[in-house]
Amino acid sequence: MAVMTYAEAARLALRQEMQRDRRVWALGEDLGPEGGVAGQYLGLQSEFGRSRIVDTPISESTIMGSAIGAAICGTRPVVELRYADFGLCAADEIVNQAAKARYMLGGQVRVPVVVRQPIGFRDGMAAQHSQSTEAWWVHVPGLVVVAPATPADNHALLKAAIRSDDPVIYMEHKELWTRTGEVDPGAEPAVLGRAAVRRPGSDLTLVTWSGMLGDCLTAAEVAQTQGISIEVLDLRTLWPWDRDAVFASVTRTGRLLVAHQAVKAGGFGAEIAAEVAEHLFHALRCPPRRLGAPRTPVPHSRPLEALCRVTPAQVVAAARAMMTDH
Amino acid sequence: MSLPAGFPVERIHAMYRRMLLMRAFDEHAGWARREDRLRGSVHEYTGQEAIAAGVCAALGERDYISSYHRGHGHCIAKGADPVAMMLEIYGKAGGVCGGKGGSMHVADFSLGILGANGVVADGVTIAVGAAQAVRLLDEDRIVVAFFGDGALNRGPMLEALNWAKVYDLPVLFVCEDNGWSDRTPTRSVTGGPGIVARAEAFGIPADSIDGNDLLAVACSAGLLAAEVRAGQGPRFLHATTCRWRGHLALDRGLYRDPAELATHAEQDPIGRTRAWLLAQGIAPAVLDGDAAEAAERIAAAAALAEAAPCPDASELCTDVQDTGAPSWQ
Repeated sequence: MAVMTYAEAARLALRQEMQRDRRVWALGEDLGPEGGVAGQYLGLQSEFGRSRIVDTPISESTIMGSAIGAAICGTRPVVELRYADFGLCAADEIVNQAAKARYMLGGQVRVPVVVRQPIGFRDGMAAQHSQSTEAWWVHVPGLVVVAPATPADNHALLKAAIRSDDPVIYMEHKELWTRTGEVDPGAEPAVLGRAAVRRPGSDLTLVTWSGMLGDCLTAAEVAQTQGISIEVLDLRTLWPWDRDAVFASVTRTGRLLVAHQAVKAGGFGAEIAAEVAEHLFHALRCPPRRLGAPRTPVPHSRPLEALCRVTPAQVVAAARAMMTDH
Repeated sequence: MSLPAGFPVERIHAMYRRMLLMRAFDEHAGWARREDRLRGSVHEYTGQEAIAAGVCAALGERDYISSYHRGHGHCIAKGADPVAMMLEIYGKAGGVCGGKGGSMHVADFSLGILGANGVVADGVTIAVGAAQAVRLLDEDRIVVAFFGDGALNRGPMLEALNWAKVYDLPVLFVCEDNGWSDRTPTRSVTGGPGIVARAEAFGIPADSIDGNDLLAVACSAGLLAAEVRAGQGPRFLHATTCRWRGHLALDRGLYRDPAELATHAEQDPIGRTRAWLLAQGIAPAVLDGDAAEAAERIAAAAALAEAAPCPDASELCTDVQDTGAPSWQ
């Protein structure tokens, strides 16, 4: 085991996959000397050369389109889009080409591409650099959507994403880049679609992912002191999401709370709550609840941005309300 | 029309036969769409056949092509089976894409055909990426991106030109300039001196030719493809042509000038090539036989497609994705 940051863990995964398979390469803006916005590519260009760690023009459509062309012609590109917000500049290529090519061409081809587009608030970067767009991609048939919450997962899930023959939207969280944790450098790729129980509990199932995991664990600790035992489930992969794990937990606890940093309306919490309501209605002790951001663009000003965040206190308050809601 | 010395007449004759097949295919496809015998968008290539025929004649089976919505001709020129294509545009089982793609998504990866495409210019970004894969895997292939003049006003097209030059990729860009961006004259929505100047602005050498002249296309494409193959970087072929039909089969063409339409017959690449072949001493009966054979092949393909079964309902959820496939739900 080694202690490393979330960014270093991803760099290790990419490095290992590039050493293992010469068809793996990465492209995006500023990957070379700067090593990407968070140093997640640092040193890789010196090791693998400019043809496998490719610095590109600011041309998101063609970064994505060329990666698709390269993927259908025998390589395994890792696309760096820097911010999920810029993923929208490549949305046509992701949705209309990458996600559909295999299906609409009758299974003639796979599109093994990883699209890294980090989500979430960080340091007052405002409305065009802070969005959490994970639910948008979940809506698109053909895509796998991954959102790692820990350094170990950013290693094992990125390996899995690179080995996937399906296109993977890989959404790191910008506030996690510098977080440290234990990573097993020899870890096998994670299995996509498996959630992790980050804290066991018996009264309430709290489903979360990505940057909200830490706050949810804090909330669960606080709730414990108030006599509420919260089970925290980290989804890790949003599509496919681990319905079995969520259903098993909710069947035991009878309560479902979903917390995410994305806008609540139309967020992925809605899908989880709806599935649980459809299939486990009679096992529920109270209605499912969701916590997410208000439906506003993300503001720059610190106190305004803070109002968009789901806080541990809000999670605890929601849990308390659910415990008394019969 | 003139050819380099020693260019075999038989090669032009073979391209001519391909053009006849393209013409017969799309004349049927357009008719079948207007008669509601098949569904979806059908964009006829009629009148533009010399470009696909002349360019693809410069390619080997390993070379890649990407295409756009008016893509049947490129597939046939690269060697695709008209029967599998016909089944596809009819949405039938056995179609080259299993009936799931239709006219705008005909593709055959076994022949390096990376697909027609329903989004203007998206095939071009895919083409430069294919060239990047060729480079990365150290393969002996080149890539041709076919697109229309309308594509020159989409951002990804301009990005892709820049991209190809920046990385010096083995791509031949082929602009089929029929003058129309869907139902709008391209010149009425295009700033600056035009298409060739745009390619040259990125430092990509360009050649501009009469795309209705098969010999001109074959000569120019042959030279440009050879330069690309020799590692000299991307090249751009601008071929002017005529779109005989509407943007798509159901387009009533109310915006077309009858005087322009009247010029098409004399521009007909098939008629012009036939005249040239006759002048080379090919017997009229041979050329008539070529036309009859193409018509028969397409008629047989159409009859087969009309009678073929549709895909089974079980195909609905196949080939979406492995991880998180629809059946998972």
